Amino acid sequence: MDSNSAEQKDMASKAHADVHADEKAAANGKTAKLRIFRGDSGGGELVDYELPLVEGMVVLDAVLYVQAHQAGDLAVRWNCKAAHCGSCSAEINGKPRLLCKTRIEEFDGGEIQVHPLKAFPVIKDLVSDISWNYQVSKGIKPFTSDEQAPFTMYEEDVERLYEPKKCIECFMCQDVCHVLRTHHKHAEFAGPRFFVRNQWLEMHPMDNQDRLHDLKEDNGLGLCNITKCCTEVCPVDIHITDNSIIPLKERVADEYYDPAKWLMRKIRGNRGSRNGAAARNGSRNGN
Amino acid sequence: MASNGNRDTARERYETREYDVLIVGAGGAGLRAAVAATENGLSVGIVTKSLLGKAHTVMAEGGIAASLGNVDPADGWQTHFMDTMKSGKFINNWRTAEIFAKEAPDRVYELEQWGALFNRTPEGKISQRPFGAHTYRRLCHVGDRTGLELIRTMQEKVLATDAEVYMETTITKLLKSGDRVVGALAYTRENGKFIHFKAKAVVMATGGWGRIFKVTSNSWEGTGDGVVLAYDAGAELVDMEMMQFHPTGMVWPPGVRGLLVTEGVRGEGGLLRNSEGDRYMENYDPERMELSSRDVVARANYTEVQEGRGSPHGGVYLDITHLGYDGIMNKLPTMHEQFLKLADIDISKEPMEVFPTVHYTMGGIKTDPETGASNVPGLFAAGEVAGGLHGANRLGGNSLSDLLVFGRRAGEGASAYVKESVHSSDIAEGEVLTEIGRVLEPLKKQGEGESPYLMQQELQEAMMEHANLMRTGDSLKEGLGKVLGLKDRLANMKVQGSRLFNPGWHTAQDIRYLIQISEIIIRTALERTERRGAQWRLDFDGPDDELGRVNFIVKKDEQGEVGIQKREIPPMPEHLASLFEDKVVDMAGGEKRGAESQF
Repeated sequence: MDSNSAEQKDMASKAHADVHADEKAAANGKTAKLRIFRGDSGGGELVDYELPLVEGMVVLDAVLYVQAHQAGDLAVRWNCKAAHCGSCSAEINGKPRLLCKTRIEEFDGGEIQVHPLKAFPVIKDLVSDISWNYQVSKGIKPFTSDEQAPFTMYEEDVERLYEPKKCIECFMCQDVCHVLRTHHKHAEFAGPRFFVRNQWLEMHPMDNQDRLHDLKEDNGLGLCNITKCCTEVCPVDIHITDNSIIPLKERVADEYYDPAKWLMRKIRGNRGSRNGAAARNGSRNGN
Repeated sequence: MASNGNRDTARERYETREYDVLIVGAGGAGLRAAVAATENGLSVGIVTKSLLGKAHTVMAEGGIAASLGNVDPADGWQTHFMDTMKSGKFINNWRTAEIFAKEAPDRVYELEQWGALFNRTPEGKISQRPFGAHTYRRLCHVGDRTGLELIRTMQEKVLATDAEVYMETTITKLLKSGDRVVGALAYTRENGKFIHFKAKAVVMATGGWGRIFKVTSNSWEGTGDGVVLAYDAGAELVDMEMMQFHPTGMVWPPGVRGLLVTEGVRGEGGLLRNSEGDRYMENYDPERMELSSRDVVARANYTEVQEGRGSPHGGVYLDITHLGYDGIMNKLPTMHEQFLKLADIDISKEPMEVFPTVHYTMGGIKTDPETGASNVPGLFAAGEVAGGLHGANRLGGNSLSDLLVFGRRAGEGASAYVKESVHSSDIAEGEVLTEIGRVLEPLKKQGEGESPYLMQQELQEAMMEHANLMRTGDSLKEGLGKVLGLKDRLANMKVQGSRLFNPGWHTAQDIRYLIQISEIIIRTALERTERRGAQWRLDFDGPDDELGRVNFIVKKDEQGEVGIQKREIPPMPEHLASLFEDKVVDMAGGEKRGAESQF
């Protein structure tokens, strides 16, 4: 009984016995240095922090270490820590990156500056006010279908929808886009994220809405001059420009700038092309 | 000091917002409840600690379980019901499980109706993959990002309603008038302004509390706010001793330790091996092997490492290389990316190292299966924060369908309650001001104080050491002492900085929940003196038939302490009990297996 209970204790207490074992083993006496923006809507500055470097450390680990040990009120957004949720987007050395996916080692001892997303108003430290994005999203016609689920849809009907549906809403494409970042056209431009959402909605075989008018008039699709900055920063590799924006631009062009369609609209009224759009949605060779 | 506090809070201004239904939490359950309540024509407010679309639902990878029978036509609700009960070792609420199994397919089709896209079968139907301890191929999925598809669909559905969403807002207390819950106090994380929400009914959908452990797949949000808010308001909790350890979390590098490796890897044929190259599941569950239930696989992985057959970083090997690069990119693209980017491992070429990680909380607020109502009038609950469906162990894929089935039912239940009642949601103003004063305390504390971050770490380490997936009475008692010590130190907490987006202050709120839940878990784990599902007492030999017929119910007693009551589970009605009759069913859910009875 005695040896038994000793064994039990051993088994139970070994349950991740030394929870710091890995950190200890991984720490090598080296340190990481970070310059983090500290401030709010009234302004701020870069502050230097130094912390123990752990093998495999990502920038978010470092920021959270600083928060727990050196600056308890350091504001940062994060959730999953696995690049699934898109919460921890910020700018590292001027480029939008997910903090949870950016390894410290990548910088090879060089400077690491961390700023909040700049296309939106800063709230505090690494947190920006990105609520504008949710307003834009609310304005998009949601998925609507005349068909009753369960739908019969084949892999080949939907395979191109998987890509836009991977979006994790990190809004880094919004951050990097010149139309928003440099020209501040938030009032008339929806931004790459919402062209991605429009793309799958427009191409879903069961959806019955037409969003081309909204894309042209309200979402400012024409303002995009396809510089592909959004595609470059997408953490889930959506080819935003090639697969979302350009096909939508083509559809808008077909709809509004094709002389034959223009004439049809004049004759039949503005909604004359509804059936055409539906037929295209159902087709594999849609754009 | 007290009079100072009063003067301060007397000046404190707060907003008041009024809704028919207030929903706390914006994961799958909260959003589905919101849709139900708005469809009933009610005004709805949704409060979420994070941004919309970031709730833990987004992390679900493997799929949503529903007996559509698209790939295995023999599947039906009866089998799904039986699998769920067996896996829960029969302490589940059988009525909850029955409703769940019957309604899950409707909720999946409803998602499709709202724009969700699942992988397809060659016949053009929703594809379904195998998962641990599901008799048939049952998990509807889209690659390994099913949770993202679910939450985005629900988010876009809710944005198209009149429901108002309060992002980055934290509830600190449920407010009552007499016996009824009639609202809540909240503060905004952005600027620390207080909001008094008046509501005729409140739906709690705040998710789980994995953050009480150091190694967990949960985000910072999983601090169990809802279960403690409900407990403080007089709600009964059930099965709180049951914490799920997911068999496969990442082990290296240290920063990602505990991060989830989807069960989908094993669903797609992933093999578990120890450092000697053996497929050791043969010794634990030769029939189901890698696709045994989570509690069994987690203990097997744990045991292999403890007995010296672990990998260099203290895990076991999970190998999916046979699927090849193309197969992996098709079925498990997120896992490929996760390991490549965070651990420098190409899973199409080499095996992963994995070890159990705290993942899910089976227990929670005790609810009425039909309506999601708690025992407190006006308080409803759904999703992970509610208890009863999963019993002693949850099946993979059952959580996503749980969110939708019972999110909808709680939304409907709250709506019916609101329509029937004529009560006022007024409360005395003094109560709001007192609560505001309490919440501000850590910011106002003078002199020396303790860091909430370090207290949280201390708690997480105590729970890892004493309330892990193998437990003993002695160690649990030692852990309880540590937790109660921390509880006494709560008043010492001090945070630096202002109310403007201050995570230190936010953590100071969370830690109170974490400590209270830890105490409850340890106390109930001391009561359940047996081995059943996730509760594995090394100082007892096996399942105890008598304990297999009871749930442990927790309720705050008159002294404000944790009251625990053993409550009999009513016998299953004939139409359910007869389902099990044709088969030789071990009522411990496959735990008594002769020679290797430990598993």
